[in-house]
Amino acid sequence: MPLLTIRNLSVTFATAQGPFRAVDKVDVDVNPGEILAIVGESGSGKSVSMLAVMGLLPWTATVTADEMTFDGRDLRALSGPARRRIVGNQLAMIFQEPMSSLNPCFTVGFQIREALKKHTDMDKAARQARCVELFEMVGIPAPERRLKAFPHQLSGGMNQRVMIAMAIACKPRLLIADEPTTALDVTIQAQILDLLTALQQETGMGLILITHDMGVVAETAERVAVQYAGQKVEDQEVQALFDTPHHPYTAALLAALPERATERRLPTIPGVVPGQHDRPAGCLFSPRCRYADDVCRGTEPPVQPDALGRARCHYPLHAPQEAQA
Amino acid sequence: MSAAGPVIEARDLGRDYEVGGGLFRDPGIVRAVAGTSFSVEAGKTLAVVGESGCGKSTLARLVTMIEEPTSGSFAIAGTEVTPDRWAELRTDVQIVFQDPYGSLNLRQKVGQILEEPLKINRPRMTAKERRAKGLEMMRLVNLREEHYDRYPHMFSGGQRQRIAVGRALMLEPKLLVLDEPVSALDLSIQSQILNLLNDLQERLDLAYLFISHDLSVVRHVADDILVMYLGRPVEFGPKDEIFDAPRHPYTKALISATPSADPAQRRERIKLVGELPSPLAAPPGCPFAPRCWKARDRCRDERPAMEGEPHPAACFFPEA
Repeated sequence: MPLLTIRNLSVTFATAQGPFRAVDKVDVDVNPGEILAIVGESGSGKSVSMLAVMGLLPWTATVTADEMTFDGRDLRALSGPARRRIVGNQLAMIFQEPMSSLNPCFTVGFQIREALKKHTDMDKAARQARCVELFEMVGIPAPERRLKAFPHQLSGGMNQRVMIAMAIACKPRLLIADEPTTALDVTIQAQILDLLTALQQETGMGLILITHDMGVVAETAERVAVQYAGQKVEDQEVQALFDTPHHPYTAALLAALPERATERRLPTIPGVVPGQHDRPAGCLFSPRCRYADDVCRGTEPPVQPDALGRARCHYPLHAPQEAQA
Repeated sequence: MSAAGPVIEARDLGRDYEVGGGLFRDPGIVRAVAGTSFSVEAGKTLAVVGESGCGKSTLARLVTMIEEPTSGSFAIAGTEVTPDRWAELRTDVQIVFQDPYGSLNLRQKVGQILEEPLKINRPRMTAKERRAKGLEMMRLVNLREEHYDRYPHMFSGGQRQRIAVGRALMLEPKLLVLDEPVSALDLSIQSQILNLLNDLQERLDLAYLFISHDLSVVRHVADDILVMYLGRPVEFGPKDEIFDAPRHPYTKALISATPSADPAQRRERIKLVGELPSPLAAPPGCPFAPRCWKARDRCRDERPAMEGEPHPAACFFPEA
């Protein structure tokens, strides 16, 4: 049974300039023990869709979905208190900037113990012991001393480990990591990614990794969902995605990677991601797509079957008959 | 103007900062940059790589004459740089900053932004000439001329970075310092800017000092690479030598830590333990020794010099 199932998720923000649809008909499936990466550029709605799952969006947001179940429970029907019993416990999230996500007024130990106090019936000594154990798990040296430190006394990498320790404190079934390494240096990034995958294998939890870095995706993910302007445009196994992308956007994105370049000039994607007021009719990628024709500009593309990476495209690339020809 | 010789030549460049201290306590000394030597020829790109706190940006501030080096010296196109010559030499070195949202004045129109360097440095130029030069620059960086009277907020990140590059080129510099020029941009925009920089370099024979932490970008743009760690150069050499046969263990670890966009190639990463030491309490020996898997007693006591063949590296026990 899938751990998280989302069908047709849309999130609309009420802004001064009228409604803005940040997430548009997105489907997400995560199985236990699976690592799903959600990739996309800024404004593609990858963080917002996961915040909707966590129920952390502000009141200006309207969330609609045909289905949104976590571990058999309908997240849409849950009351506030019932949802809060799940969030932070079985469903946890690591946020992007550890420096601004931790509370500067409390020690990191206090902030971790708070999660344990809320969600478990451990006594004080057991909570302390669990904190020490968690710090050892995430590789923070001298745990007893570091638990008494405030966030500003720790480096970015250490704070990110604290965030991870906090997220896994209650042994979540599903961990959502929103750009967990973007603010960090590459050698620290390597440590954090190794840590996350090791924890995932050890505990068998599901892991959703939100990122914009194709290198991180290639090294850690099993399955990849590509988002563009709020829509999911492709969903494939990682190897297949890098070998045979079906959506022109994915293909263009991969071609634009400097390390895949074969010559001095890089292939580019012309134009920019559509904003609130210039969303095209039909396919959202059509103004930037080199394969687009009148059909693309006029009608919204269908979602292709699994074999074609569920690409949201009229003319998916690397279609089987094309491969034979 | 002599075309021969490097556009910039730095010898043993260093910059210290005094921090803390008070009435009864001596201030601490932070060696932000120390003992850095390099040179860049016209039409070439030197990439400076390293993690945060390694002194990359301080180096940029020294080279652009925003700050004075506390030791060592450098020359721009053969002219020795001293503070009394800053004013005339500054036009030869221009900088593009990382964040195009923060580095443009949002109260100025694009035209004003581009013309301002001319107003200050070419006081005898007429308004008409300035405008003509500004429009020419718009074309050069692939912006539309009709956008000359728009404000920065009307542009996307990529377009703003083009404006920032255009502004830096208005005074026809010989050396352009690029401080993480693409790291704030999305992947699809990043390639547009990298192509633009490449075209401009070929057309104007510019020298680039390209500061970045992203090795996959560096591999694409650089001719030479300077790897820095904790304010000190640890390896300096041609790009292919650095990537194919790194000599310093830190360079090797950095390359292995950079994720490769190829799922088939999940390599065994070199796991570095620990983090960058505080620059206030820099280790007496090799700065990398506390994290190095090859460190011996000698590394902890003695500082290795930049030496060796085929390219210099600061290590007693180099890889190759």
